[in-house]
Amino acid sequence: MLTIKTIDDININERLYQLNLGPQHPSTHGVLHFLLTLDGEVVVKAEMLIGYTHRGHEKMAENRIYEQFYPNTARMDYLSGMIFNTGYCETVEKLCGIEVPKRAQYVRVITSELNRVASHLLGIMDFVMGIGAYTPFLYGWDDREQILDLLETISGSRLTYNYSRFGGVRVDVDQAFCDGARRFVDRLRGRFKLYKDLITDNIIFIKRTIGVGVISKDVALDYGVTGPTLRGSGVKYDVRKNEPYSSYQDFKFEIPTKEEGDCMARYLVRMAEMEQSLNIIEQALDNLPEGPVRADVPRFITPPAGDCYHSFESARGAVGYYIVSDGTRIPYRIKVRAPSFSNLFVMNKILPGHFVADLVAIFGSIDVTVPEIDR
Amino acid sequence: MNMTQLPIIKDVYGFLGPDLMACVTGLLLILMFVPLNSAFLVWVERKVAGHIQLRPGPMEVGPHGILQSLIDAVKLMCKEMITPDLADKYLFWIAPCTVVIPAIVCFVVIPFSPIMQVRELNVGILLIFAFSSISGLSILMGGWASNNKYSLIGAVRAVAQSIAYEIPLLLSTMSVIIMSNSLKMSEIVAAQSPVWNFVWQPVAAIIFIICTTAETNRAPFDLVEAESELVSGFHTEYTGMRDALFFMAEYTAMFIGSSMAVVLFFGGWYGPFFSGIFWFVLKAYLLVFVTVWIRWTFPRLRFDQLMNFAWKVLIPISLLNLLVTAIVIKVL
Repeated sequence: MLTIKTIDDININERLYQLNLGPQHPSTHGVLHFLLTLDGEVVVKAEMLIGYTHRGHEKMAENRIYEQFYPNTARMDYLSGMIFNTGYCETVEKLCGIEVPKRAQYVRVITSELNRVASHLLGIMDFVMGIGAYTPFLYGWDDREQILDLLETISGSRLTYNYSRFGGVRVDVDQAFCDGARRFVDRLRGRFKLYKDLITDNIIFIKRTIGVGVISKDVALDYGVTGPTLRGSGVKYDVRKNEPYSSYQDFKFEIPTKEEGDCMARYLVRMAEMEQSLNIIEQALDNLPEGPVRADVPRFITPPAGDCYHSFESARGAVGYYIVSDGTRIPYRIKVRAPSFSNLFVMNKILPGHFVADLVAIFGSIDVTVPEIDR
Repeated sequence: MNMTQLPIIKDVYGFLGPDLMACVTGLLLILMFVPLNSAFLVWVERKVAGHIQLRPGPMEVGPHGILQSLIDAVKLMCKEMITPDLADKYLFWIAPCTVVIPAIVCFVVIPFSPIMQVRELNVGILLIFAFSSISGLSILMGGWASNNKYSLIGAVRAVAQSIAYEIPLLLSTMSVIIMSNSLKMSEIVAAQSPVWNFVWQPVAAIIFIICTTAETNRAPFDLVEAESELVSGFHTEYTGMRDALFFMAEYTAMFIGSSMAVVLFFGGWYGPFFSGIFWFVLKAYLLVFVTVWIRWTFPRLRFDQLMNFAWKVLIPISLLNLLVTAIVIKVL
């Protein structure tokens, strides 16, 4: 990292130029627009321009009944659709005071954790591809493919799931799914060695990530960063542990943290988190209780007037749903707190002084989904 | 029937004389070989990449997709060649031509076997280095003329990179030249008849291979066209056959770099049982395979790391290697 003068010290016409990185660029997946002010190849100032995939999900919610908002939730963060889906149902259940059967809660945990592993695999491999290694990307996708196949058998879709329902889940999981999940857990555990050899121990990867894009603890907290990015900066905060929901208190798992706050730390936290997710899946499968998977709820629910906030941990950080109900079948307002938004804008602070190549690495290591920011 | 008995061949032969006739034939063969070779290498690259990445690679056109590159070339020829409005039209047009011509010229002095060499020059090695440096200029022209910031960054990187890596490349070659006492390609090969130079000069060989990888802008030194940073680098704005010419030059340069390594370090055409050309081409393609393998395994270096590697690691080591070689030769 170079120390460079601030933008005011340099004659703008003489040295600096602006570069539009995105909205159509191979590594700003989704459509994100960086407006960079560069000195040679060093970033002096970075502006993130968002809104290219704004679809108005929150506004849509105000015009349809609660049940009709299910599909929208998975389309906000298409990489952790299952988690968003489940989180929405939990918020409404909290608002109505619906008790969810234990089996349904465990099934939600299993599917959410599978979804988290899929998202982390994609996030890590995309990060590695941004650094220039193409092959690990396809290895990761091969593993991710197993999860998608598995979730497809119960939910019918591969990416934008619509599986959770108010009071439970749509269909029960069968023995084939449980066996498949166990097989996947074993398979991925065997693959970690491969990833360590291929990525973590690679000298070029180490050189490209250690000390790059350091987010200090204070900066992370100031910007409201959550998820693996926050834990990579040494803050031990995970909604699953700190404010347990959906029976997460039943399972034994660690919150992996790293003090360094650089790209490598975030990468390692994600890797460790996948192992923890596998532990959770295994425990949930071992202790899966018998019983119904859906509470007795009316076909169309009418929550009482009032409001409710529910927070849960997606693959990218703490998501919050805030629902205001006016006592009708249509929500008055649904507000979503998207972790990617806060995580992305910390780049404003840390980018100056880095190379353009580092920008791609940092962006990949923070693992942002743009549609989630824009909604 | 003997071809030389045909009247037309006889006439041409009589007109040109044996020397010039061999030259013309050789050049024609090169002109045929270069596009076919790069088409083949593109296929090899895609196929190897595919198998490394747990997928079959091209499979549709011909057995195991071997005709895929030819079909792609036909497609590229049919495409419109777009020149951006604000581009420098002439430079934009010249750049792809100047990048491919030097690559072809380099083939003139490469000794595929004791007799298969278009022209034996006293300074064969020098000619190859001289012509392959021109590609840096062409890339700069193309990048500058495109009037695109990504292209410009790519072009500037290319120049800095080729300057930095040409020095250790030449230094490691020098140690071989000191050993064989000649700049003639065939004599360098002939000097390796019992033992390959690789045995005496392993450090120089490794530096040479690293530097040719960097010179031909292959991963992990592919900063010139770093896809995740610069879209396509210097040829972002090029379309159709112009883009294909850049590709052709890249793959030809790759083959020439491997051939050079074979000539300098791996005993050229020497090998048991089979004819010289078989061994030469086999060794060259094996080295190409290694570079392809490296490309699909390693991440990319950052630009400052690339520069540090050249100036702080490769140049001192190759200088030291040259010094040691010179002293040992002198003492013996």
